[in-house]
Amino acid sequence: MLDHILSALQALTANKVRSALTMLGVIIGVLAVTLLVSVGDGARAYIDKTLSGIGTNLLIVQPGRRETRGLGGPPTGNISRPLTMDDVTALKRQGTLLRDVSPIVAGGGAIRFENRQRDSTVFGVGAGFGDLRNMHVDVGSFIREEDLTARRRVAVVGRTVAKALFGNDSPLGRTVRISDGRFRIVGILEKKGTSLGFDLDDLVFIPATTASDLFHQDFLSQILTAARNKAEVQQAILQIEEILARRRNGENEVTVQSQDDLIGVLGTVTSAMTAALLAIASVSLLVGGIGIMNIMLVSVRERTREIGVRRALGATRHDILLQFLIEALVLATVGGLIGLGIGGGLIAAVNSAAPDVPLKLSPWIATIAFGASFAVGIASGVVPARRAAELDPVDALRYE
Amino acid sequence: MATAAPAFAPLAREEHEALIEVSGLERTFMVGDEPLTVLRGIDFTIPRGAYVAIIGPSGSGKSTLMYQLGCLDTPSAGTVRLAGYDVGSLDDAELAALRNRFIGFVFQAFNLLPRTTAVDNVALPLRYAGVGLRERRRRAREALGRVALSHREDHTPERLSGGERQRVAIARAIVTEPALLLCDEPTGNLDQKVGREIVELFERLNDELGVTVIIVTHDPSLARRVRRVIKLVDGRLVHDGPPTADL
Repeated sequence: MLDHILSALQALTANKVRSALTMLGVIIGVLAVTLLVSVGDGARAYIDKTLSGIGTNLLIVQPGRRETRGLGGPPTGNISRPLTMDDVTALKRQGTLLRDVSPIVAGGGAIRFENRQRDSTVFGVGAGFGDLRNMHVDVGSFIREEDLTARRRVAVVGRTVAKALFGNDSPLGRTVRISDGRFRIVGILEKKGTSLGFDLDDLVFIPATTASDLFHQDFLSQILTAARNKAEVQQAILQIEEILARRRNGENEVTVQSQDDLIGVLGTVTSAMTAALLAIASVSLLVGGIGIMNIMLVSVRERTREIGVRRALGATRHDILLQFLIEALVLATVGGLIGLGIGGGLIAAVNSAAPDVPLKLSPWIATIAFGASFAVGIASGVVPARRAAELDPVDALRYE
Repeated sequence: MATAAPAFAPLAREEHEALIEVSGLERTFMVGDEPLTVLRGIDFTIPRGAYVAIIGPSGSGKSTLMYQLGCLDTPSAGTVRLAGYDVGSLDDAELAALRNRFIGFVFQAFNLLPRTTAVDNVALPLRYAGVGLRERRRRAREALGRVALSHREDHTPERLSGGERQRVAIARAIVTEPALLLCDEPTGNLDQKVGREIVELFERLNDELGVTVIIVTHDPSLARRVRRVIKLVDGRLVHDGPPTADL
C-alpha cells in the first residue's frame, strides 16, 4: 500500500500545477465546511455557556397552561387565576424540592436623577433572585426579605444605569425617581456584560411588592425558582404544579419551564443552523469532487499508453485500479488536510484576535471534514480508476 | 500490494525444453459485425536461448503474433504455451504474473514513464513482482550497469538521447531476469548507428545471459543478423529458418 501511495505522489508531483488546481476545489470545499460548521458550533457553545451561566437547575413558573414546552412569552388564552405573592409564599413553605423562590414583576420606566434620565428595564424581585440568577451586588446589598414585607422603596442598579445617571460618582444612598416614586439606591450590581443581545448591566431591581404598587399590578409576571439538584428537576416541576393546583381548586393552571428546556430549544435552533451551513458547504465540496473526477478522467485518457506499458510489465487490473483510486484519494485527502489546516489556522487567528467571537473548531468537525474529503476521493476516483483498469492492454499499448 | 507471481510449479516447468510452443494459432477480431481473421493457423516452437526475428509486411499479423507471445492477448483457436503454461487458460492476474516473471518488453517508442528517473523506470516491473523498495533500486542499478548507463541513473527520460532511452527500456526489460526478451521494432525510432548499437546489445545479452530474444521488425538489415527468421504474410507463416537473401 505504501508503494501505491508513493507512486501516486510521484505521479501527482510530476504534474504539479494540475494537481494543485485540482486540489483547490477540495481545499475550498473543506475550508468552507470547517469554517461554516465552526460558526454554527461556536454559536451553540456560546448559547449553552450563556444559558448555563444564568443559574443552576432554574425553573420558571408562568401563569396559564401550555401543553407544549418551548420558548415564548407568557401563555396567552384563558388565565383564570394569575400568579400572586401568596403563591410564592406557598411554594416557599411547601416546596421541599426547591432551593429558593422569587417573584418577578416586570415593568419598565424612566429612571431619573436630577436632570439625567435613562430608560431601563425594571424588575420587581424577591430576596432570592440574586442567588438564583447569579447576579450579585459588589457594592451595598441586594433586595432583602424585609424590603418586600415593608414594601420599601429601595433599588439595586446595574453598572450601565449607574454610569448613565451618576457618572463616576457613587450612586449608593442617592435617591432616584422611578416612574412616579422615589427610590433609594442600596446596591450596585457587579458587571455582567451583554448576553444574547441583552445588556445585563442596564437593569434596575426593586422589591416585588413595591413594584406591584408602582405598576398598579397586583399579580406576578413569573415566579423564578430552582430545583435543589439536577436529578430532582422533574419531581420539582411536579411538586410546583401540585402546590399551585391545590390553591386553584385542583386545576393545573401554570406552566413550568426548566433551564434545560430553554437550552434544548435553542440547541435545536442552532443545530438546524449548523446543518443548513453544513449543507451549503457540502455543495462546494461536491464541486471539488467533480473537479477531481474530471481531471482523473482526463488523466486516464492521457496516460492510456502508460497503463498499457504497466500491464505489459506485469500490473494486474487490480494494480491499475488501485493506482488511480489512490491518486484520487491522495488528491482529495491532501486537499482536505490543507483546507483543514487553513481553516484551523484562520479559526485560531480569529480566536486569539477576537476572543468574544464564538468560533470553535471541535475535533468532530475536523474528523467530518477529513472523512468527507476521503469519501470525495473514493467517489470521484472509482469511475476513472475502473475505466483505467478495464482497458485492454493491447489497445492501451497501441493508443496514440 | 503488487500482485506476487502465483505459485507456479517452478523448476519442472522452467526446465521445459521449448520456451514457446505455438500450435494451430488463430486470432479473429470482430470489425463491426464482420469477423476478421488476422492469424490463420500458425505453428512453431522456439527453444530457450534462441535469437529470432519475426518479419512481415504491414498487416501481416506480426504485431498480433507478438501480443500473443507477450501474453497480452489470448488465442481465438489453437494454443500458445510459454514455459509450459497454456496462455489461453489463464486469467488476468495469472497472465500479468506470467508477463512479469517470464517476459521483458522493449518497444519502438521506448515507453518510459515521463519525469521519472532512469532507476525508478527500470525498477517498475519489480514493484509488480512484490520486491521491496531497496532491493528494487539495487537491482535496477545493476541492470543499468549491464546496459552501460550507470552514469545516467538519476536522469529523467527527457534528458536522455534516443539511444540512451532505449537502453533504459532494455534495462527495465531485463531487470526481472526474464526468459524472453520481446522487442517490437526496437530500432524503429533510432538512427542507423545507434540502432546497430542496440542490436549489438541484444546479441550480447543473448550470449551472456542466455535470454531468448525475439525481435519483431520490418527492417531487413536487422533480420539478416539473426540466426532464425519467422516470416508472416497475410496471417500465415511463409518462412521459418535462417535468413535468406530475398527477405
